[in-house]
Amino acid sequence: MSYVGRRLVHDDRFGLLPKLFRVSWTYVVLICALASVGYVALYAAAGGSAEPYATKHIVRFGVGLVLMLGVALVDIRFWARLSWLAYAGGVGLLVLVMRMGHVGKGAQRWLDLGGMQWQPSEFMKVALVMALASWFHRATWERAGNPLFLLPPVLAVLVPVGLILREPNLGTAVIVAVVGFSVFLGAGLRWWKVVLVVAGLGLAAPVAYNHLHDYQRQRIVTFLNPEGDPLGAGYNIMQSRIALGAGGLWGRGISPGAAGDLALLPERQTDFIFTVLAEEFGMVGGVAVLGLLLLIVLGAVAIGLRCRHQYGRLLALGIATNFFMYVFVNVAMVMGAIPVGGVPLPLISHGGSAMLMVMLGFGLLMSVHVHRDVEFVDGRDA
Amino acid sequence: MISGPPRREVKSRAVFTRRAVLLAAAEVTAVGLLGAKLYQVQVVDGARYANLARTNRVSTRLIAPARARLFDRQGTLIANNKLNWRVLLMAEQTQDVGATLDNIGRLLPLPDHERLRIERELRRHRRYIPVTIREYLTWEDMALLEVNAPDLPGILVDVGTTRLYPFGPTLAHVIGYVAPPNDDDVAEEPMFSLPGVRVGRAGIEKFHDATLRGKAGAVQLEVSALGRVIRELDRQEGDPGQDITMTLDTDLQEAVLARLGDESASAVVMDCRNGEVLAMATNPSFDPTLFNAGVSQAQWLEWTNNRRAPLINKAAAGLYGPGSTFKMVVALAGLDSGRLSTTDRLHCPGYLDFGNARFHCWKKGGHGELDLQGGIKHSCDVFFYQVARMTGIDPMAAMAHRFGLGVPLDIDLPGVRTGLVPTRAWRKQQGKAWNIGDTIVHGIGQGFTQVTPLALATMVSRIATGRAVQPHLTRAVGGQAQNGGRAEDWPSMGLPERELNAVRQGMWAVVNEDGGTAPLARLDLPDVTLAGKTGSTQVRRVSRDAREHGFKSEKLAWELRPHALFVAYAPFDAPRYALSVVVEHGNAGAQAAAPIARDIMFDVLTRDPVNKRDPQRVATG
Repeated sequence: MSYVGRRLVHDDRFGLLPKLFRVSWTYVVLICALASVGYVALYAAAGGSAEPYATKHIVRFGVGLVLMLGVALVDIRFWARLSWLAYAGGVGLLVLVMRMGHVGKGAQRWLDLGGMQWQPSEFMKVALVMALASWFHRATWERAGNPLFLLPPVLAVLVPVGLILREPNLGTAVIVAVVGFSVFLGAGLRWWKVVLVVAGLGLAAPVAYNHLHDYQRQRIVTFLNPEGDPLGAGYNIMQSRIALGAGGLWGRGISPGAAGDLALLPERQTDFIFTVLAEEFGMVGGVAVLGLLLLIVLGAVAIGLRCRHQYGRLLALGIATNFFMYVFVNVAMVMGAIPVGGVPLPLISHGGSAMLMVMLGFGLLMSVHVHRDVEFVDGRDA
Repeated sequence: MISGPPRREVKSRAVFTRRAVLLAAAEVTAVGLLGAKLYQVQVVDGARYANLARTNRVSTRLIAPARARLFDRQGTLIANNKLNWRVLLMAEQTQDVGATLDNIGRLLPLPDHERLRIERELRRHRRYIPVTIREYLTWEDMALLEVNAPDLPGILVDVGTTRLYPFGPTLAHVIGYVAPPNDDDVAEEPMFSLPGVRVGRAGIEKFHDATLRGKAGAVQLEVSALGRVIRELDRQEGDPGQDITMTLDTDLQEAVLARLGDESASAVVMDCRNGEVLAMATNPSFDPTLFNAGVSQAQWLEWTNNRRAPLINKAAAGLYGPGSTFKMVVALAGLDSGRLSTTDRLHCPGYLDFGNARFHCWKKGGHGELDLQGGIKHSCDVFFYQVARMTGIDPMAAMAHRFGLGVPLDIDLPGVRTGLVPTRAWRKQQGKAWNIGDTIVHGIGQGFTQVTPLALATMVSRIATGRAVQPHLTRAVGGQAQNGGRAEDWPSMGLPERELNAVRQGMWAVVNEDGGTAPLARLDLPDVTLAGKTGSTQVRRVSRDAREHGFKSEKLAWELRPHALFVAYAPFDAPRYALSVVVEHGNAGAQAAAPIARDIMFDVLTRDPVNKRDPQRVATG
């Protein structure tokens, strides 16, 4: 390898300014666009007022943006070294929330820190992706097929999934499992194993479900949806569908005052924010927002494809999947397609801790992009 | 020369690229599906939902599952539901609530305070939650309402359930009762806002409230402007509560209550091998169904002013000095301390002098020389004064606590009182010093010690079996047997069998040997004997002066007479049943409580409820 080539391609210590040039500003613009959509939605949710949600939202986003750029400029190899520490921290927080967490709406999953309520599971998702990416970083195609090699990362997924199940929060546990699974997939898990896992779960679930009593099934529904007020869960979905229907193709525009169909919509600034958008701007607006969200997912995958080290690739893929799962679960929920509750729409829903975690993920993603050509030295990094 | 990256790196990158593109394609498809679903919801079905939005014609009805039932150990239904016809008002289906209420007032009497309650509830609940106007309608009332239905928009006549206790007062204290929920309940559990839903307020109904209640379901209906249902849009099934099988035997409970007669008294019968409570009877009792609709002021006053306190579950919440029934525990504490052996003989001259005080035996001339068995058999006070003095209060209290006295019992029943067996630390908390004199009187169960009949029955069970059984009332929930049904579920007390046997022999002698204190408790059964112990506990201090001048407690006013206690287990050689009887102000345990205990034990042994075949099991094979 020539000296010149090494300098051009593998310059490990480039300065702050070149780093800033390597940030994907197009991607940053997409994220800002999404946050702006959030501003509009929260403005509408408050009945055409920047208070009490929209202004706070933009301030938080500003903080998140600084966090993201800060994380992006730190060498990805530094983050890679922190992977398992972050994972241990995430598991620690989950255990902590079980011991002393605040029980909200029937499930124990909130932690009060610095005046904000945090869901450790949000952090756990990012930390798990980091840990798995770190594990598979050095894995050759042959090693990734070795069952013994696969055992530790499988355990690394099952531990947080188990802890979140005990909160109990089946919805989030499934999301964490899917996000973890996506990293396995990118790392080269053999197709027959993928098919085996998917088919096994697909076959087992309905069989198990059919053998349950009515009340046990009801319990699963409650388990899936712990936030659902037993009298109000169906009611929320119904009001959401009425509002969506009222929006029609073109929407009804931002109506002044919290009146009309949105007045009946509960949690319209958090879980049901997409309903607000689709009511005000119609199906056209809704599809446009979905398109923007999809662009962000695809952009993250593209960053992974562009990266020259496996750690960055897997990290990007996991973060893309995480973001996608937020979007899919939330939007499917507000349309009443799946019975899960409590998943926000990232960068649009009101709420601070989820936004910071999403921005942390984007920061790592951007760090992957900035350091896409760096070289990991065997045995020391990751 | 410039070398490319290693081959393995190329391979994993190529795999990653394929996989990532595939995942991305799947994600694009999924978002596409969301878009399609959005099209369906907003454009295809949109018009219908938009219409619903305009007329707000979606109505949510909540359905509360019927409260689950209670069975006794033989499968007899002891708490059930009966139909209750009622008229409800749904605010969202009427333009003018006031007019509807006026119209109803013309058909059914609707007093002002009732109307105020209805209006208050209407303000409190969401508009789709129906509010009860009247319950327990007769056929005439219903006919009247149905005929006039067109003038009564928003009115619903439907059938709910109300709680029925087939055995009424017999099981009232244990089962408890249900009552209409208050505002705090509603804030905690939305299901309570439904009409007719009741909350368990006492006893098993309270302890297992959530299990019995289940969870409400909801139906979304599309309704016409007149309130007629057009179609069901969505349904969420509720979660029916789970039936509970209790350890009680209703026949036995009835027999026990009958034997208690008119006394203000209570009795607990336990399976001493596993702690199952077979009967927990308290006299007098009350009618639990009266709470269903809300108790009248007059009824409440009558109950609370009654000096025999019918609302109080005396078996579990009545506190009494244990009197001489405490002596077994004192004996075991003495043996455990090593200062007393099973063969030691102590002298009783009829009194014990300590410092300036003289502590009397109940027998004036004294008992002479006695060993431990004799001490229990004759219930010699001086013997136990001496044991207490040599053992000390803290070891005595520790032993009592081990036997379930003065400590919380792990029983599935709310409102059970803990009682007290004092320690030096407890006395210190009160800011007083412990005197040896206190220790001496505690040796015969007088002083600060207070226990419930339930705790006494637990104590006897533990003496009889040597296992730390806990009393419990729940046998099965939803057909699922609960833990604790087998003797092996309970740990050993860890006391030497030789020491326990000495105490057991003493209890046997109390009843079956000539000169024992409770010959009246002897069973009239072949081959089966009962071991027991009397107790009586003063409500008022008796001065020596009075004692020496022909004091007779029978002459005292009822409230001042001593309580009479008896504890027993049988059969002596293979203990199965344990019981305690407390007759309030019954004077002496040997006279008032022992015969009752004998008759109850006779009844228990002849019925043998533990070995009776369970009819439910017979029915299902």
